[in-house]
Amino acid sequence: MEVPILKQGAVLIATFQAALSDADLNQLRMGLVQQVVKFRSRAVIVDVTAMDVMDSFASRTLREIAHMIRLRGAETVIVGIQPEVAFAMVQLGLTLEGVATALDLEEGLACLNEKFKTAN
Amino acid sequence: MARRDVTSISPDPKRAEEPSELLRELVAHLRQNRTQLREEWVVRISETRLLLAMTKEEIFAEATSVYDSYVEALETEAFEALQAYARNLSERIIPRGVETHEVVGIVLLLRDVLARSLFAKYQNDFKKLNRILDAYEPAANRIANTVAVGFVQERERVIRQQQEAIRELSTPVLQVRERLLILPIIGVIDPQRARQLTEQLLRGIRTNRAKVVVIDITGVAAMDVTVANHLVQTVEASRLLGATVIVTGLSPEIAQTLVTIGVDLGKMNTVGDLQGGIEQAERLLGYKVATLDEAR
Repeated sequence: MEVPILKQGAVLIATFQAALSDADLNQLRMGLVQQVVKFRSRAVIVDVTAMDVMDSFASRTLREIAHMIRLRGAETVIVGIQPEVAFAMVQLGLTLEGVATALDLEEGLACLNEKFKTAN
Repeated sequence: MARRDVTSISPDPKRAEEPSELLRELVAHLRQNRTQLREEWVVRISETRLLLAMTKEEIFAEATSVYDSYVEALETEAFEALQAYARNLSERIIPRGVETHEVVGIVLLLRDVLARSLFAKYQNDFKKLNRILDAYEPAANRIANTVAVGFVQERERVIRQQQEAIRELSTPVLQVRERLLILPIIGVIDPQRARQLTEQLLRGIRTNRAKVVVIDITGVAAMDVTVANHLVQTVEASRLLGATVIVTGLSPEIAQTLVTIGVDLGKMNTVGDLQGGIEQAERLLGYKVATLDEAR
């Protein structure tokens, strides 16, 4: 399944679909980092609003994506985790530690703008 | 309902009647003597000092409809309809303070009054009386059972409703500034309430687009390990929605519990009291509070 990745200036926005297989997630991990390299992006927003379930593999993949992107000197923000999904995740101990999160796309972009402002 | 004319049935005395015929016969008798039997029942009710919460007029009105429903249930064996009637009746009388033992009591009294009446009618034909009772007793027992169960079901529904209301009341999620929510928790938290709290808070974060939440537990005396873990999970789940949580008002006992279970305090942002928590939240959100003099 193709995950749409949009470029918004120095930010890449990847919108996860509802049912991503493990293969999809693996592909995405490499694909996103390659895009960051290609466009010299400063940040990636991963929008998981459409995901109504988050298992341990998906959660681990998100953390790995964030780490790999940080090695390229860029930020990652995960946005759009639904309340029910968040509740289920913490009960399973999947806390996405060390990864920035925001309520939605708007908040994610605002948060990045803050970071860029203080960095510049 | 059409009245059955008993006199037109002239069975061969030697033939044993069908149970359904017997039922029709006794139902007809109960209908014919309705006024007198109902009156006898109401007298017995006040003699045994049941339904004290109701006035004589109310008892009479309810007694009439209960009597008619009772006889109808005997006749039609439509026990679902009876249960619906019982729940309906319960909805009316529970707020009046009527208790379960009273409802069961009056139904059993009615059963006795009607049974005595059957004894009196068939006292000269012992064999027939037995057959009549064979028809009457299972139905009457089922009626008593149905009414009691209907009553209890209604009480349980009311209790559940009230519990739900109490839970909702006691965990309000309040917005005090743009992007700032306060969750004041008071009383005892059990795992179920903790779970409900978390769900309400997460929904509130999304609805209000909150960036900071202050959870104040000044009003919570103690917390067991399970609930403490729930609190930690609430903090973590809120972070996944992009909100920072500040916990305020930890009592010494709760502080001890948290340390004992080894909560990673780096993950939990805590401040002494609610005032301090709000002040820190405002700083995080970029608010500055100044008196009017300073502001000039």
